Amino acid sequence: MGYLTRRLVTFPLVLIGVSILVFVAIRLVPGDSITAMLGTEAGLLTPQQRVALTAYFGLDQNWLVQYWHWLLGLFRGDLGISVAYGKPVLDVILDRFPLTLELAFLSMIIALAVGLPAGVFAATHNGRPSDLAVRIFAMIGQSTPSFVVGLLIIYVLSVGFGALPTMGEFSPFWQDPLRNLSQLIFPAITLGLAFAASVTRISRSAMLDVLSDDYVRTARSKGAPARSVIWRHALPNALIPVVTLSGMEFGYLLGGAVLVEKIYALPGLGRVVLDAILQRDYALLQGSVLFIAFNFMVVNLLVDLAYSALDPRIRLGER
Amino acid sequence: MKRRSTAKLVSCLAIAAALGAAMVGSPASAATLRMAWSQDATGLDPHKQTAFSSIRLLELIYEPLVRLDANLQIVPAVADSWQFSSNGTELTFKLNPNAKFQNGEPVTSADVKASFERILNEATGAVARANFLSIASIDAVDPHTVVFHLSQPDVPILTAMTNLNAAIVSAGEIAKGAINTTPVGSGPFKLEKWDPNSREILVANKMWAGGATGIEGINISVLPDETAILAAMRTGQIDFALLNDPLIATLIPREDRLVLNRAPVLAYHVLQLNPSRKPMTELAVRQAISCAIDRKEVLDTASLGEGKVTGPITTPSFATDPNSLFCYKRDVEKAKKLMADAGYAKGFSATVIAATGEPPTAAAEAQIIQSQLAEIGVKLDIKVMELNVYVDTWLKGDFDMAVALNGGSADPYSMYSRYWTKTGNLQKVANYIDDTLDGLMQKGRAETDPAARKVIFSDFEKHLAEMSPWIWLYTSYSYTAQQKSVQGFTGTPIGSLFGLSKVTVQQ
Repeated sequence: MGYLTRRLVTFPLVLIGVSILVFVAIRLVPGDSITAMLGTEAGLLTPQQRVALTAYFGLDQNWLVQYWHWLLGLFRGDLGISVAYGKPVLDVILDRFPLTLELAFLSMIIALAVGLPAGVFAATHNGRPSDLAVRIFAMIGQSTPSFVVGLLIIYVLSVGFGALPTMGEFSPFWQDPLRNLSQLIFPAITLGLAFAASVTRISRSAMLDVLSDDYVRTARSKGAPARSVIWRHALPNALIPVVTLSGMEFGYLLGGAVLVEKIYALPGLGRVVLDAILQRDYALLQGSVLFIAFNFMVVNLLVDLAYSALDPRIRLGER
Repeated sequence: MKRRSTAKLVSCLAIAAALGAAMVGSPASAATLRMAWSQDATGLDPHKQTAFSSIRLLELIYEPLVRLDANLQIVPAVADSWQFSSNGTELTFKLNPNAKFQNGEPVTSADVKASFERILNEATGAVARANFLSIASIDAVDPHTVVFHLSQPDVPILTAMTNLNAAIVSAGEIAKGAINTTPVGSGPFKLEKWDPNSREILVANKMWAGGATGIEGINISVLPDETAILAAMRTGQIDFALLNDPLIATLIPREDRLVLNRAPVLAYHVLQLNPSRKPMTELAVRQAISCAIDRKEVLDTASLGEGKVTGPITTPSFATDPNSLFCYKRDVEKAKKLMADAGYAKGFSATVIAATGEPPTAAAEAQIIQSQLAEIGVKLDIKVMELNVYVDTWLKGDFDMAVALNGGSADPYSMYSRYWTKTGNLQKVANYIDDTLDGLMQKGRAETDPAARKVIFSDFEKHLAEMSPWIWLYTSYSYTAQQKSVQGFTGTPIGSLFGLSKVTVQQ
């Protein structure tokens, strides 16, 4: 069996594992859809009222039956109905996903555009004060939580400039590209900067490794220009760990960035998951986590495939 | 090379300028209020929703028979007038003949009857049912007259009817089974669009019997972080906002163009003891805890002094001066003596539960109480829980102590019968009852003379504070913030946003 086929066969198994985990975990947590809706007032319900509401939320069947129904629906492409949103789970997810995807792309572009050159610069200036400065900035970037950066940006924009991206009413890119970008650029910077710091550190160390390799020395001794040695000979070979890191990060970002979405009031996947947990919207939580897991696996697969494209010596699946 | 750099710089500046222009955005139409809150409504059925935001949204769409004004006086809503029979067992309402649902149909006595029958039907799952159990039958005498026949004198039922959970819905919509999905109320605004956890669009209801609204509509945005709400108000993006966190609210007055509205509320912050668990079973131990707590310090530290120390009853017309209640002046020596008398001179260990962010001051309150009780040897372990987990634990009465923010009601009977009567639904949460409390509650329920009721509830409050099953701490404010261009809003002690029906926005 080819590598790709093997990976594709394991997909459904992993997804079923994830779905069982989420299904059980959310039901083990105290509280249910009724307490989520009524809060402490739920205590005023009579036993008959409680029975009526339990049936309304579909909690009257045992877990196995609930899971089986959900699984059957899944095979028909039906992830169930979200109680909080009053519409099919898949519709809610597909409504929110474009924003999450766009935010993930923008953050990655910012992270790579800042992180890679900074890492290469630091590696080629190894040990000099400029290298130290880049490393210090990278350290600060990596250790500052994204919500601190986000709140700082909002503070500076609102107090210093008296302007903020429109919050609460999100415009998709195809409706109003300019407004869309104005709404996403600061969240993307918030997410991208922290990741840029990681990219800087990892690309710096990978470049340092590669720059000491024989073939780089050979290229230099043949009189290749310094710029060509760095960007054409060394960098492609230093990219493998950067691709691994970026793939992982991109996979995470496709699951939504809860804190940044909360601060900037962006209706992304992260908030869907958080709200589904807080409101005990079981169908929505199961559906969205499954969707996120699926995306994560696809991204990982693409990263693996990218290895062999970057370095032809890597043959996937060979022992 | 230089020319290329210049070109790049120019294009960067152009993009930045364009983004800047888009960020400032276009102002909303003259009379649409742009509002923000951090927690969205969780559903649309007025008989089933109890979440604060849901009630705030639905009270703009639906109306009860009567409502409470800013002074907690009962004023007309769907009903124009009302009258108790002399023995207090019949309550007659005359409906406003101009009241119409948003689908154009008149509000009639048949709708009132159908609404209350829906609430009383256990299959509905309406929590307000518990307040209306004395209703024996409902007569729709004519289209505009409805009579409630009560099985016993029940004065507080009128206050319970001011609650949005007793909203009048259309009999036709009940028959269609559409109450959950399509709000058709008789209130000042119509819900045009609801995108859960993101935004609501409300438009003025031109048929509202209460007259014309001052604005064309309300666009509500859900901005989950209140710091972002503050920032959006600073930049003029939002006209009006509901705030929960006193730390954010107190920053509003620092901004020239913003106004903070504070309205004292009936909800109370309380340390609930569990008198069914040792050693809180001992009266002396509970009283020692009451004496050891400096309520003012809890208020000042956890809530920046935003509020006032309270006894059990928070309705101004019924409340007793807290200084006259048992141990409201901190007395650590007395507390230590009480502990010693109960055989706990060396103190004891207990766990206190609190909910994350609900209220925002919960964790801080628990920490201050922890340090105050340490002085009498009580070692508190603080357990902060996600709200749903907390609610579940609270409802089971599975705690030693709990920091809570409990809702209030204009009538002390409606507020406390659930905890301190022998048949109270939340008896297992309170875990304490004595004949005096139960007797005073029943007397207060049947008494129709306001002066006599005040005496009854004053005795009730003093006894409750002395028995110390719970340690009442303070009441705070409901906060709304607005641009100076927004005028005419009046807040109420129940945190109602109904005042938005009279608001105007100046351009």
